[in-house]
Amino acid sequence: MTDGEKKPAGQGPRGTLAGGNPRGVTVGDPTRPLAARVGAFRPNPLVAGVRSLYPIVIGLVIALLLQTLVAPMLGPFYAKLLLDIGIAIVLAGSLNIVNGFAGQFSIGHAGFMMVGGYASALVTYYGSIKLGWLAPNAYGVDVHGGFLGSGDMLFLFSCVFAGVVAALAGLVVGLPSLRLRGDYLAIVTLGFGEIVRVLVQQTSDVIEPAKAAGASWLTAAKHLGGPLGFTGTPTYVSPTPWLENAAGEQTGHAGIFFAYAIVSVLLVACYRLKSSSKGRELLAVRENEIAAEAMGINTARAKVVAFVTAAFFAGVGGALFAHEIGVTLNPKELGFQKSIDLVIMVVLGGMGSITGVVLAAAILTLLPELFREFAEYRMPVYALALIIVMIVRPQGLFGIKELWDLGFWRRYVIPVWRKIAGGWLIPKGEGDLPAAIAKRLSTERAGGELAKAKDSPSQGARRNGS
Amino acid sequence: MTKLLQTFVNSLALGSLYALTALGYTLVYGVLRFINFAHSDVFTVGAWASFTLATGAVGHAASSGVSGDKLYVLMGLWTAVAVGLTLFHHYRRGLPLEGVAKALGAGSVFLVGLLLWVRSNATPTLSVVPVMLLAMILCAMLGVTIEFLAYRPLRRAPRLNVLITAIGVSLFLQNVGQLKFVFGTQPQRMPALVEDRSLLEIAGVHIRLVDVLVVVLAAVLLFALEALVYRSKLGRAMRAVSFDERVASLMGIDVNRIITITFAIGSALAAAGGLLFALKYESIKQPADATWVLLGLKAFVAAVVGGIGNVRGAVAGALLISFVEVFGAAYLSPHMRDLYVFVILIAVLLFRPSGLFGKSVVEKV
Repeated sequence: MTDGEKKPAGQGPRGTLAGGNPRGVTVGDPTRPLAARVGAFRPNPLVAGVRSLYPIVIGLVIALLLQTLVAPMLGPFYAKLLLDIGIAIVLAGSLNIVNGFAGQFSIGHAGFMMVGGYASALVTYYGSIKLGWLAPNAYGVDVHGGFLGSGDMLFLFSCVFAGVVAALAGLVVGLPSLRLRGDYLAIVTLGFGEIVRVLVQQTSDVIEPAKAAGASWLTAAKHLGGPLGFTGTPTYVSPTPWLENAAGEQTGHAGIFFAYAIVSVLLVACYRLKSSSKGRELLAVRENEIAAEAMGINTARAKVVAFVTAAFFAGVGGALFAHEIGVTLNPKELGFQKSIDLVIMVVLGGMGSITGVVLAAAILTLLPELFREFAEYRMPVYALALIIVMIVRPQGLFGIKELWDLGFWRRYVIPVWRKIAGGWLIPKGEGDLPAAIAKRLSTERAGGELAKAKDSPSQGARRNGS
Repeated sequence: MTKLLQTFVNSLALGSLYALTALGYTLVYGVLRFINFAHSDVFTVGAWASFTLATGAVGHAASSGVSGDKLYVLMGLWTAVAVGLTLFHHYRRGLPLEGVAKALGAGSVFLVGLLLWVRSNATPTLSVVPVMLLAMILCAMLGVTIEFLAYRPLRRAPRLNVLITAIGVSLFLQNVGQLKFVFGTQPQRMPALVEDRSLLEIAGVHIRLVDVLVVVLAAVLLFALEALVYRSKLGRAMRAVSFDERVASLMGIDVNRIITITFAIGSALAAAGGLLFALKYESIKQPADATWVLLGLKAFVAAVVGGIGNVRGAVAGALLISFVEVFGAAYLSPHMRDLYVFVILIAVLLFRPSGLFGKSVVEKV
């Protein structure tokens, strides 16, 4: 038994050699056309589609566990922190698409967040008034229904709406970026953030619930709170769904679940983007735009794709932020400083590294809370860290690598995980490719058919494991 | 008519402030091809340094209650650190700039003496010049230090890294400035070094002494820079480095020295801008205040609109920006003044990405 057989390699969604031969074609037959031979490795699209949903399902389960098991253990304070971390991951992860993958330096990301936040607040606040969900509680608007009830549905709709509106804004910013690069783009995004802020500040105060029912959506859009902020947004994103008021009504919402559900969608989207041809285009644009263009990449389109995707998720993050408990959506908070905070997360985590950015977002959200007495020194230290990281380790702490690319992870964590999870749950990492090639080479060199591999012990082990 | 003229005067004064700051951006972009985001913070430091010096010169700080002498100790320490770093820098590099550093140090000692003399004897107006020169020297040292510590290690790094570092430096200056023992977070009131009186009245418009001073001092500095860049040997070296760094170094130009000098000049101009700004708009806010960030940004927009890397373009861009901003605020809506500036920026970048007076360059492989 060779090494390649010991490790059941390449059982990823694409179905490599060891992953079986789904259409029963003799793969190694050199007389067959190349396209057919390659096609034989592709699994049924339906199977592939279902398989690709696995990570999201796992993410949802984790989100549910965080909400139901972890959050009660942590208590209200730390549960809120967990929620903050989730939102920070959504925002930093979305910025990572444009800053990290595409290398287009955007320092107006809070602008997209603001667009999304206000769009969703508009929908939930005025929407729930128009739906007649008025209740005389402190926030002005009732947070309607229990877990995944009608209120949560309205909130989820508003998240998607926020994402779409922000993505449109991303398109508007992305189009000029066709002609600009580097520093200029940074300024345009910065200018965009400022413009959004100024425009929001021009709006009037929020209409009171009692008067808002008759107002048209256009009127509503002109009353977003102005410089004081959008007061009275329903708090759909609260960490503690088990809280009840004196009357025994549930006042909390499963915010951690929603935040981490969105995190898992974002992370899976990022991962699949990074390992897809579109994502490789972005990485190529980042490394060298001229070379990428020479390789036939439509760099303009790649940049716009990055911008729109990032803006979509930033808008969703903004929607989460807008409905978070204890937060009043106001233009000052989502200004330049917020953009810079996100940039610091992405840069320290490693531009282009998904797990690195997640870690950085978590740590940089936790640190200021844990060291409140040193709050004054937070920004000087961050700034210094930014400079030092740029000089000493320009690619960020993780660079473009992911957590599972690190040595200790490869040596100790992945083998154990493979033993447990078998062939289905593990995403196909880059590490599998050499193994698959090595195996193919070894079988071909031995003159054996791949049919032999079907009966090999590793196949049996895989079936048992899954 | 009165309003029109008044707006014109205001725009001219504001425009000359923008121009002073915009030149720093343009000069640095010219030699290093990157946007020095920290420049607007050097401008802010210039304003605060001149506030500190001026409170020292006048002998009291109006609202802070901090005695001027304490601030003097701080400034002295800072000068010492800056001089030390500069000397260390040139000693280690073995460059023939030691003399310059010494001259700067000696000059600042002389100026402090002058300031103290002014404080004991003359009217505050006289102290404007030593305050300005001292602030310029301090900021020049700050700029050189920044360049040496943060940008020089990245001379060959990708542009994105340099950009992030520049933002890091900017954040650092902003937030260190906010610390209690530096400038603090309280807004301060600049002591009135210049009497608030109108020199003359044209058609009901008062032309204030401050405005005249701002415009005249800015014009003097701009013409001096113009002469330096286009008429002197140093300026020729700067332009050569800007044109092609490698060829310039083959021609015997010490590129690092030119870059250092460029940073010094740009930062000094920013400091002058900071002082004049503080004189004109007496209340100086905390360093991270949106007003300051925006001010630096607008100066930067001016540099881009005029065609970054182009000295005359920066001045023209600054005037254009200030006219649009002030006239827009006066005649359209005062709340949207920031909006006009950024709309101009985006429009210019869309239709003439190299700026109004810039040359478009085809990128070669």
